[in-house]
Amino acid sequence: MSVTKPLPHDSAPLHVTGAARYVDDTPLPAGALHLAFGLSTIAHGEITGLDLDPVRAMPGVVAVLTAADLPFANDVSPSAHDEPLLADGTVHYVGQPVFLVVATSHLAARKAVRAAVVTYRELDALLTIDAALAADSRFEEGPRIYEKGDAAAAIAAGSHIIEDTFELGGQEHFYLEGQAALALPQEGGDMMVCSSTQHPTEIQHKVAEALGVPMHGVRVETRRMGGGFGGKESQGNALAVACAVAARLTGRACAMRYDRDDDMIITGKRHDFRITYKAGFNADGRITGVDFVHYTRCGWAQDLSLPVADRAMLHADNAYLLPAARIESHRLRTNTQSATAYRGFGGPQGMVGIERIMDHAAHVLGIDPVEIRQRNFYRPPQDSSSKKHLAKQEVTTDLQPNTTPYGMEVEDFELHDMTQTLLASSEYAARRVAVAEWNAANPILKKGLGFSPVKFGISFTLTHLNQAGALVHVYQDGSIHLNHGGTEMGQGLNQKVAQVAAARFGVQLEAVRITATDTAKVPNTSATAASSGSDLNGMAVKAACDTIRDRMAAYLAERHQVAPGSVVFQDGAVQVGAANYSFAEAAQAVYEGRVSLSATGFYKTPKIKWDRIKGQGRPFFYFAYGCALTEVVIDTLTGEYRILRADILHDAGASLNPALDIGQVEGGYVQGAGWLTSEELVWDDAGRLRTYAPSTYKIPACSDRPDVFNVALWDGQNREETIYRSKAVGEPPFMLGISAWLALSDAVSACGSAYPSLNAPATAEEVWHGVRRINDGI
Amino acid sequence: MSKIHVTTTINDDEVEFLCDPRESLLDVLRDRLSLTGAKEGCGTGDCGACTVTVDGRLVCACLMLGAEAEGKSIGTVEGIATDEELHPLQQKFIEYAALQCGICTPGILVAAKNLLERNPDPTETEVRYWLAGNLCRCTGYDKIIRAVMDTAAEMREAS
Ligand code: FES
Ligand code: FES
Repeated sequence: MSVTKPLPHDSAPLHVTGAARYVDDTPLPAGALHLAFGLSTIAHGEITGLDLDPVRAMPGVVAVLTAADLPFANDVSPSAHDEPLLADGTVHYVGQPVFLVVATSHLAARKAVRAAVVTYRELDALLTIDAALAADSRFEEGPRIYEKGDAAAAIAAGSHIIEDTFELGGQEHFYLEGQAALALPQEGGDMMVCSSTQHPTEIQHKVAEALGVPMHGVRVETRRMGGGFGGKESQGNALAVACAVAARLTGRACAMRYDRDDDMIITGKRHDFRITYKAGFNADGRITGVDFVHYTRCGWAQDLSLPVADRAMLHADNAYLLPAARIESHRLRTNTQSATAYRGFGGPQGMVGIERIMDHAAHVLGIDPVEIRQRNFYRPPQDSSSKKHLAKQEVTTDLQPNTTPYGMEVEDFELHDMTQTLLASSEYAARRVAVAEWNAANPILKKGLGFSPVKFGISFTLTHLNQAGALVHVYQDGSIHLNHGGTEMGQGLNQKVAQVAAARFGVQLEAVRITATDTAKVPNTSATAASSGSDLNGMAVKAACDTIRDRMAAYLAERHQVAPGSVVFQDGAVQVGAANYSFAEAAQAVYEGRVSLSATGFYKTPKIKWDRIKGQGRPFFYFAYGCALTEVVIDTLTGEYRILRADILHDAGASLNPALDIGQVEGGYVQGAGWLTSEELVWDDAGRLRTYAPSTYKIPACSDRPDVFNVALWDGQNREETIYRSKAVGEPPFMLGISAWLALSDAVSACGSAYPSLNAPATAEEVWHGVRRINDGI
Repeated sequence: MSKIHVTTTINDDEVEFLCDPRESLLDVLRDRLSLTGAKEGCGTGDCGACTVTVDGRLVCACLMLGAEAEGKSIGTVEGIATDEELHPLQQKFIEYAALQCGICTPGILVAAKNLLERNPDPTETEVRYWLAGNLCRCTGYDKIIRAVMDTAAEMREAS
C-alpha cells in the first residue's frame, strides 16, 4: 500500500533540476508590470505631505497609487479590518506601505520609490511592552485569563516557591522564497492571481473586496511556496491585492515580490513575549500550582494575534498535570510590524514558560531535570504499557482528573514510554555523569544537557476552520487527478495526499496527479496551517475517492452479479467475483456505463468544542508528542557555543511517510533551536528593525547542525481516527528545539551556584552575560 | 541607458545577451535568459540560493554583474543533468529526501558538485563548512550532508 512508505517529495525531480516553478519563476506575458511599495520611515505619525511627482518622473514608472486611488476596500487584514493596504493618513510602524509604484521592471519600481518626498507629524510611538502597558494599548478589552482551581493558594501550599521574569524574542520566518504574487487580468473583469500563500481562499476574498467583485470573479492558484512556516498565512495579502488592483487599473499583468530587506521590514514575525511566573513545588519535585503572566507584542494590527496568544495559553502546561493554574495574557498593541503566525502559533512561547519553570525548579530542588519532568507528566491512558512508570507518581495525583488548565481530558499521553526510550537510546545517565566530570575538569569550556518534551494540540482553535474539501477525477484511462484545499510549502503534503488516493484505489502512486491548489477547484478552504494539512485534506480526499470507488464497485458488482462489498481494488487491478480488470479497464467500463467518475469530498474534525472566552472545552482533536535531548558546549570566556549532539524521538502516529516526517522533525528542531539561540531581532529606539537581512539575522547554517543528530519516529498509532491513524507533524517538532536552550542553561549553571536565568534567544552575548551573572567573583 | 553586449558560455552553450550595465548576473539569468533555476534569497551574497560557477569558481550570481560574464564560462543548476540522466548528486538528493520546499536546492547542488570536483573524498566537516554559505530554512541540513557524503562515496567507487 502506498501509505506509510518513505517516498521522496513529489516535486523532487523538478527541484533538483531547477525546473520547479515558484511564483517569481513564472514566465510573464508581454507588457507585464512590476510593483514596489513606498514604506513609512517613522514608527508613528500623520502624513502631512506626500509628493509623488518625483516618483512619477522616474524612468519606467507607469503609475503611482495612494490610498485615495484605491477603488474599493483598502484592507488586507485577515481578521479585524484594521490593516489598510496603503496607509490612510496615519502610519503605525517603520515599514508600513504608504504608496504603490507600478513600473516596467522590478528594479525601476524599487528605485522610483526612493524619489518620494514624504513629510510627517510624528506621534508618540509605543515600541516596547512597558510602553504599551503604560499606555494600556492593547487588543481586546483587557487580559484574557484562563484558570484551573485556586492557583495562589496552591502555590502558597508548596514547600518551595520559585518566581522570575524572562524575555522571549520573536523570530523572522526567513522562508527562502520571499513573498510574491502575480495578477493576470482575464476577460469580463475577472482576475487570476498566482500567489505564494498558505491561504488561497483568503487571497481570493481580499482581492475580491479590493476589486469590488464577488469571489467568483477571482481565481487564486498556488503551485508551491519556497517555505511558509506561517509567514505566508496572511502576509501575502498585501502583494496579491496590490497586483490585482494595479492589473485592473492598467489592464496588464502585474507582478510583485519583496526583496529580502523589504520582506523583513514589512512583514510580521513570531510574537515576542515577556513571561512572568510563580510556581509552588513540593520537596519531591511535584508542582502544586503555577501562575503565568504572558505579555506579548502584537504589533500595530490585530492580524492573528488573538488566536496566537490563546494558543500560548493553551500550551502553558505543555506535558505537565498542573493541579492549579492561572494564566493571564496581555495582547499589546505596539508600533512595530504586526506579529503573525509562525510554526507553533504561540504554542512554543507557552511551552517555553513551563519548561523554564521545570528547569528552575530542578535547579532549586537539586533534582535531575528529566526526573522532575517525569514526576509531573500527565498520566498515561489506562490501557497503556506506560502504567509501569506510574510508580513514580504519587497516589494523590491519581485522584486528580487528568485534565489541562482548560478542562480537556488528556487521553493519549505517550510521553512516559517515549521518554524512557529516548533516555536509553541517548545514554542519558552515562552522559550526565560524563558532562559533570568534564565540567569539573575543564575551567573554560563547559558542557550542558537539556531535555524537553512536547505535547502539542492539533486542530485550529477557531473551530469552524477545521474543515476541508477535495475534488477527485478518475479519467477513462484509469489515471487520477485530484485537488484539495491544502497548499504545498515543502512539507510534502501533496505526496502524502496522493499516497492516500493511491491506497484507496489500490493503484500505483504514478497513477495519481495533484496539481496546483486552485480556488476554482476546491472552494472555501482554510489556511494550510495548524499542522492540519494532511489530517484534513487527507480525509477529504479519502472521502472523495471512496465515493468514486463505491460507484465503480456498485456498477461492476451488478454487471457480474456479486455483492458490491466483495469488489477488491488492489495492485492496480479490480477484482469483481471471478473477473479481473486492470484499474484502467474498470474505469473505461464504468465510464461507458454512464457512471460519474468525479466526486468531491469533505471532512470536518469531530469531537472539538471550544469557548475561547471562558477558556474551557476541547479545542484539540488529539495531541502530538515528542522529546529531545541536546548536548552543548559553551566557551565561558566568549559565550560562543556549539550543539554537539541531539537525540530526538517524535510521535507522528502511524506515519504516512516516514521520509517526509523525519524531514519535518529535523527541520523543525533546527528552526526551533535557531529561534532560541542565534536568531535575534533588534529594533532601535526609533522603531527601525536593524536585523533585516541574513547579514545581521543569523539563522542556523549547515555548519551549525548538531555534530551527532539521531532522529527516530515513535512506533505508535493515533488513538483517534485520523487518516490511517497518522498524526500531524508540521509544527510539533519545532518545540523540540527548546532542549537546546535548556542545555545552554545547564552549561551556564556549571559556572556558579545561582540559577542562570537566561533570556531567549540565548545568543553568545546572552550566554556570556549568564556566565557573568552567576560566576561569583567575576 | 545603452545596453552592453555580452558573449559568454552558459552550461557549455555559447550565449549572447544585451544587458543594463548595472544588472546582476542573477537578473540576467532569470529575466533575460529564462534560466530561473538560480534563485534570489537575499540579493546580498548571504544565502547562496543564487550560486553558480564562473570558470569553475563558486560565485553568488546576485553579486556579479551580467556584463562581467563576458568571455567566461558559467555553470548553473540547469547544466548539472545531461539530457538522459540526472547527476548522481541529484539522484541522491531525491533518494535522501534532502529537500523540502526545494528553493535552496539548485544553489546547494551547484556548490556540492563543485566541492566534489575539487575534493572527491571530503570529510563531513569539510562538507558542512563548504556548504555553510548556502542557507536552507526547511531541512535542518542533515539529509543534505548525508546525501553529499554518500554521493562522494559512490562516485569514488564508480571511478
Ligand atoms: S541571492 Fe545571492 S546570495 Fe542570496
Ligand atoms: S528546502 Fe526549503 S530552503 Fe531548503
